[in-house]
Amino acid sequence: MNSSKKVEVLVGALFLMAILAFVFLALNVSNFSGLSSNKGYKVTAQFNNIGGLSTKAKVTMSGVTVGRVTAISYDKKSFRAVVTMTIDPSFDYLPEDSQASIYTAGLLGEQYISLETGAEDASLTEGSNISLTQSAVVLEEIIGKLLVSFTTK
Amino acid sequence: MSGLINFLQRLGAFIIDGMAGLGRSVTFLISVLMGFKDVLLRPRLLIREIYSVGVLSLLIIFFSAIFVGMVVSLLGYTILVDFGGEESLGLLVALTLVRELAPVLGALLFSGRAGSAVTAEIGLMKATEQLASMEMMAVDPIRRIVAPRFFAGLISLPILTIIFMAVGVYSGYLVGSEWKGVDAGSFWSQIQNKVEFRHDIINGIIKSIVFAFVVTWIAVYQGYHAMPTSEGVSKATTNSVVYSALAILGLDFVLTAMMFAS
Amino acid sequence: MSNSLVKIRDVHFSWDGRRDIYSGVDLDIPEGKVTAIMGPSGTGKTTMLRLIGGQLKPTQGSVEVAGQEIPKLNRKALYLARRRMGMLFQSGALLTDLSTFENIAFPIREHYDFSETMIRDIVLMKLELVGLRGARDLMPSELSGGMKRRVALARAIVLDPVLMMYDEPFTGLDPVTLGTIVTLIKELNNALGLTSVIVSHDIGETFSIADHVCILSEGKIVAAGSPEELKNSDSAFVQQFVNGHPDGPMPFHYPADDYAEDLLKGHKS
Ligand SMILES: Nc1ncnc2c1ncn2[C@@H]1O[C@H](COP(=O)(O)OP(=O)(O)OP(=O)(O)O)[C@@H](O)[C@H]1O
Ligand SMILES: [Mg+2]
Repeated sequence: MNSSKKVEVLVGALFLMAILAFVFLALNVSNFSGLSSNKGYKVTAQFNNIGGLSTKAKVTMSGVTVGRVTAISYDKKSFRAVVTMTIDPSFDYLPEDSQASIYTAGLLGEQYISLETGAEDASLTEGSNISLTQSAVVLEEIIGKLLVSFTTK
Repeated sequence: MSGLINFLQRLGAFIIDGMAGLGRSVTFLISVLMGFKDVLLRPRLLIREIYSVGVLSLLIIFFSAIFVGMVVSLLGYTILVDFGGEESLGLLVALTLVRELAPVLGALLFSGRAGSAVTAEIGLMKATEQLASMEMMAVDPIRRIVAPRFFAGLISLPILTIIFMAVGVYSGYLVGSEWKGVDAGSFWSQIQNKVEFRHDIINGIIKSIVFAFVVTWIAVYQGYHAMPTSEGVSKATTNSVVYSALAILGLDFVLTAMMFAS
Repeated sequence: MSNSLVKIRDVHFSWDGRRDIYSGVDLDIPEGKVTAIMGPSGTGKTTMLRLIGGQLKPTQGSVEVAGQEIPKLNRKALYLARRRMGMLFQSGALLTDLSTFENIAFPIREHYDFSETMIRDIVLMKLELVGLRGARDLMPSELSGGMKRRVALARAIVLDPVLMMYDEPFTGLDPVTLGTIVTLIKELNNALGLTSVIVSHDIGETFSIADHVCILSEGKIVAAGSPEELKNSDSAFVQQFVNGHPDGPMPFHYPADDYAEDLLKGHKS
């Protein structure tokens, strides 16, 4: 009886460990938790070229993550990409004339959006549009331009 | 000419033997699966077997996961740092472990630790006429001995794989962050951005379920059909591990192609 | 003669599909009696018990136990039929991961939902019969060969079978235990109305308790009758077997080519 109790307890412990591991995987090792942290206000920005930007990319200010890209679409009228980002509600003081740029972290890293603060008193709120944008730097374009400038010299 | 005929004859015999073996193992599998009800009715038997195949394999899985996570993290760091991409270390560690290393290494270790033990145990019970004596006591050894071990393996390996994933990623994190100084925030946020719960973690677990099925099937089949001699049992045990390893690696390629290639 | 519990008719069997170890065996096991199957080593006595228990199927012929055609039963019916059979294996075949007590309790636990006290009573009673009540907590690896056989015997009779099959019950026992087991088999048979089949080489012990003896050799029943009839038989074969003479018609060798030819073969190549 005693040894079979021990067996049961240990098997129970194994299952408990597995459940904890699973919760850890779900919350920390995947985007599972990202679904729930959708709180915040949405602002949009239009870019000529978003390069390799994808949803869930970071939105930073001076390197601090303030939100995430939640949707990317294409505007038929302006022929530009529309990026919707969700900004964390604690950053509700971003000036309306802030500029959004797409940068790359490191040579091969992620692309992300960096916001440079403007000077206006009015702040960005739900549904605001950031009009000052700077598109992604596409390596091929730069190389292309360089080649052109070399050959024309 | 006669060499050719000889070759064809041998090829034919080989194919027929192979088909017969496949047929035997499938019929055997079906009779094991029919024991599902008996296993449900007697959960104690199942728990005992989960103890001996699952709990007793935990230690080796745990420590392997720690070392594998550390090695992947260290190697990944030395490669990524050249490109200034050490921010992506978390992603690299998590994806390699979750998609590939945890299911595959977990299954290989499991077949060596638990599969071989199951084969040897069943094979020895056969060699010492314990299975035959059970039959004469009107107890079906497939339902009483084989089925609980099969289902215990089927449950244990995915559980161990989940633990492998979590422990591996965490030990990779410790090496990357505590030793190599990768920023903890970017380590985890990279993972959370790019690792899809459904696509990566669930698929990794599905892999481990497939491996668990194949490994335990091979283990119980080899044990039950072992020659009832000490040599036969030792051969069956070797076969169990070798066939399991081949099946795991072969299936892994197929599954990876199906799950992640597109 | 009383009714036959087991009727074996024209049975052929082969392990490998080539060599037939039986060439049409006919055998009757009378109900309520002790029947001995004797014969030289390797003639297929153990195999015969396995055919009766349904663990092997004959390639040809019929094996009928209590009116049921064993090879034709489906799985469920076969397992039901086996509940009424007990078999003592030549090796004992105890379950090595269970104690002596649990080994004997095993068939009860598997088939019935008895209370723990009831199981204890039954198991201790059977252990007392074989004189091993004190060894109940030992593991099979801690038992001697003879003790294992006695535990296996207790286990075989624990479900109160109708047909008991003993494969070599007398080998490896000390004289006192041997005497007890011989009496036990006889008493079980008389008291419980069992039908017993004994496979053995021990002429003395077997003849002392058997009502009916069949001698199996070279795939056939070569002689059958009561022990007295066999002792007084004038067949040279039976005389040789019963008295254990080295020379005579009984084959001692496994079927083989001529010895001289075999030796010469080695020199030719
Ligand atoms: N598992 C097996 N596979 C192949 N052949 C077997 C097997 N078991 C027994 N045989 C063969 O069947 C024949 C009969 O074996 P069996 O064990 O029935 O003999 P036995 O009469 O019980 O002998 P003994 O008195 O020595 O126990 C032997 O010739 C043996 O070679
Ligand atoms: Mg025998």
